[in-house]
Amino acid sequence: MKYSNFMEVSFKAMSVNEGFARVCVASFCVQLNPSVDEITDIKTAVSEAVTNCVVHAYPTSVKGDVVLRCELEGNNVSITVTDRGVGIKDINKAREPFYTSKPSSERSGMGFTVMESFMDDVQVTSNSFGTTVKMTKKLASVADVEVG
Amino acid sequence: MQIKSRVDNQILYVLLSGELDEHTASYTRITLDELFGKNTFDRIVVDLSELSFMDSTGIGVLVGRYKKMKEKDVPIFIANPSTHAEKIFRMTGLYEIMPKIV
Repeated sequence: MKYSNFMEVSFKAMSVNEGFARVCVASFCVQLNPSVDEITDIKTAVSEAVTNCVVHAYPTSVKGDVVLRCELEGNNVSITVTDRGVGIKDINKAREPFYTSKPSSERSGMGFTVMESFMDDVQVTSNSFGTTVKMTKKLASVADVEVG
Repeated sequence: MQIKSRVDNQILYVLLSGELDEHTASYTRITLDELFGKNTFDRIVVDLSELSFMDSTGIGVLVGRYKKMKEKDVPIFIANPSTHAEKIFRMTGLYEIMPKIV
């Protein structure tokens, strides 16, 4: 039987919570004995996804929540970042390198490109009730904890 | 984020320490603009040896500073990026406008 585990946290879509989200996922993934490079890849991808929620999901001053879920199965890490914001009008456009809907804010428009580069797979679903980004990565190592 | 600076031989050296993400981007922009606004140097070196984390928000911050300094004809160079920062810089082509120095 494959080792499996999951965790889920939610927090307000505020930039101060980005560091928390990164550390939270990194700490949880440590049980799979990831390399430093793998952990940094995951932290960077999580940071990009959460930044999107902070910057784009809730355009009014009332900030909604972000749900961060991390599932481990064998040596596969699956992370979903979900908001209940305004959604992405054109997902394909949003995923293009250097595309940003806020060019005046000095945005690089590379968030999704970084997620795609640092993770094995990135899937985005969005409607007018929110957005979910699901990212997966297979680690080279395996868990050293007993199934139970 | 902590930012230290010194001018040596007409070069402004800026050391970024800590994490550069959306939360620290605004402070970093304001602080760098203040430092870059002085006219006591003819080139800038941004030292990232103590930057423990950076995502693509950092690219936006750096490119924004590049655009401002280009108007003054002051080049910016990058020094000591982490392996991950390097990955993001190469992915975005940042080194084409802000070359890496060793």
